[in-house]
Amino acid sequence: MSATYVLRRTLIAIPSLLGISLILYAVLALAPGDPFGELATNPNVPASVRAALRAKFGLDDPVWSRYLHWLAAMVQGDWGFSFVSRMNVDTLIAQRIPVTLAVIGAAQVLAIAVAVPVGVLAALKPYSLFDQVANTLAFMGFSLPTFFTGLLLILLFSVHLGWLPTVFRADLQATGLAWWGEMIKQSIMPVLVLGLFQGASLVRYVRSSILDVVRLDYVTTARSKGIGSMRVVLRHIVRNGMIPVVTLVALQMPVVFGGAIVTEQIFRVPGIGSLLISSILANDTPVVMGVTFVFAVLVVFFNLIADLLYGWLDPRIAFS
Amino acid sequence: MAGSTPASRSAETALEAGPVLAASKRRVSPGQDAWRRFRRHRLALISLFILGAMVLAVTVGPLVWHVAINDIDFSAMLQDPTAAHPLGTDDLGQDILARLLYGGRISLAVGLAAMLVSVVVGVVVGSVSGMASGWLDTLLMWLTDLFLSLPQLPLLLLIIYLFRDSLKQLFGAQGGVFLMIVIVIGGLRWMPVARLVRAQFLSLREKEFVEAARALGASRLRLVALHILPNALGPVIVAATIEVASAIIAESTLSFLGLGFPPDIPTWGRVLFDAKDTLDVAPHWAVAAGSAIFITVLAINFIGDGLRDALDPRRVL
Repeated sequence: MSATYVLRRTLIAIPSLLGISLILYAVLALAPGDPFGELATNPNVPASVRAALRAKFGLDDPVWSRYLHWLAAMVQGDWGFSFVSRMNVDTLIAQRIPVTLAVIGAAQVLAIAVAVPVGVLAALKPYSLFDQVANTLAFMGFSLPTFFTGLLLILLFSVHLGWLPTVFRADLQATGLAWWGEMIKQSIMPVLVLGLFQGASLVRYVRSSILDVVRLDYVTTARSKGIGSMRVVLRHIVRNGMIPVVTLVALQMPVVFGGAIVTEQIFRVPGIGSLLISSILANDTPVVMGVTFVFAVLVVFFNLIADLLYGWLDPRIAFS
Repeated sequence: MAGSTPASRSAETALEAGPVLAASKRRVSPGQDAWRRFRRHRLALISLFILGAMVLAVTVGPLVWHVAINDIDFSAMLQDPTAAHPLGTDDLGQDILARLLYGGRISLAVGLAAMLVSVVVGVVVGSVSGMASGWLDTLLMWLTDLFLSLPQLPLLLLIIYLFRDSLKQLFGAQGGVFLMIVIVIGGLRWMPVARLVRAQFLSLREKEFVEAARALGASRLRLVALHILPNALGPVIVAATIEVASAIIAESTLSFLGLGFPPDIPTWGRVLFDAKDTLDVAPHWAVAAGSAIFITVLAINFIGDGLRDALDPRRVL
């Protein structure tokens, strides 16, 4: 994979980021409501003061100039001030984002760890009993909304069995090994909910992707050369079959973030998903905009990673 | 792809049955043929009956089950299922069955309406893009990719947060929220349909029968409406079915986060939102609402899978 390919892909991500920022700003600009609306009804504030304030904050400028100002501020990291949390939006988000990334990352690892073996086995013996059971379970898996699985897991593991805590705590009292133990214990359910939902939809992609390569001529060649079946599966079939799955994992990212918001809300995980919901409920607009923007940037970023991975796995792509 | 295995067994048997069918003298319409293939997918057939029962229950149910959805009874709070309340009662002593039957109408209506929005937008964008090559195609596909990389749920929440109050004033609490949820969910989910339609158009517009129609002097609009679009519909119907399920989940998610319908409209997600705080004392409440969503979505997904075998046998996945 050449450096120019990496550079080209990275440059392609910039227009989509601009497009997303444009859509976000359009939504904000079209929304009714005036930030100085309260001042208009306040008899103590003369109209001239209000006009001066509007001019100072550039509210009377044409919309494209306001967009450029907003964009420049976002790029420079000046994301505004959260009146609810009494701190800058960027520090607030920076505090919350590691938890979200950890939960999403662990869930993705779980999803891939479940989906790849199951999908490959199902595709190697299509229509076998295993395939049918796996397929039915996969359908049930992605038909179960994350908010319902979350409640069911709480019902089972917290209410009935009492094994796991319901609420995710950021301020654990323990230290060292005990801290890790507690952390893992309270992360099990959020990761399970997100990972199994993700894994269920991935199983079907893996299966159909493996089905596409399993009867190709090069596989027959490999077998007829006398290569062991385990080696053929791992080195010849899975290796090529996984290439399209990389893209699908990246395309699923927006769905994953949606699931993460719900999961964080159910288990009170202090990540940016629950921050988004609480800011919406508290009318904290700068935070809402900031978090939405971060989610958008993350989606573009993961798409970029997937593109680069794809070019690395399948060198033909990088040369075209 | 040569030598590849069809994704579904019923699709495979359908292909094998082809020549036999052609040999028989009876004329079989495409619809009958599709139905024959659909029936082979046992789970899809069962799901069709289950979904039919669900639809019947929410449309006719409230006429038969006369308990009011907002009949507050503090002497019967959080009761387990009894003869008087087959699914139990909630924290205000309201009958859960009645609320689920009523809420189901809205949940299903949102699903159908949002699907219509996304399919209409998707078909229009996809057909324009598929017919017009050049800059318009590039632009529309860039837009499609852009929308695909939008974080849907955060954006959905943002739009609802910003526009909720003004729409309520314009169309009333119920109508405004319904309209907004349908448009926003549909407006953020048209991209797969657009891509499907475009891909179909790109291959269909080069086919001989289209060329023949063009040679006969058919206008562009006539070509699209009478020759290309009807042949591209199979995958669109499949996608539309799955879309209903996704839209139901999206609406339930919003309601579950407390940002969908107001509390007096008990959609399934809203009931689950209300139920989650009493999970330890009254699990039947949450389980009833969640199961309603789960069963409906599962049935629709299986029907979509059956339709894929029936209408789109070549497509793997």
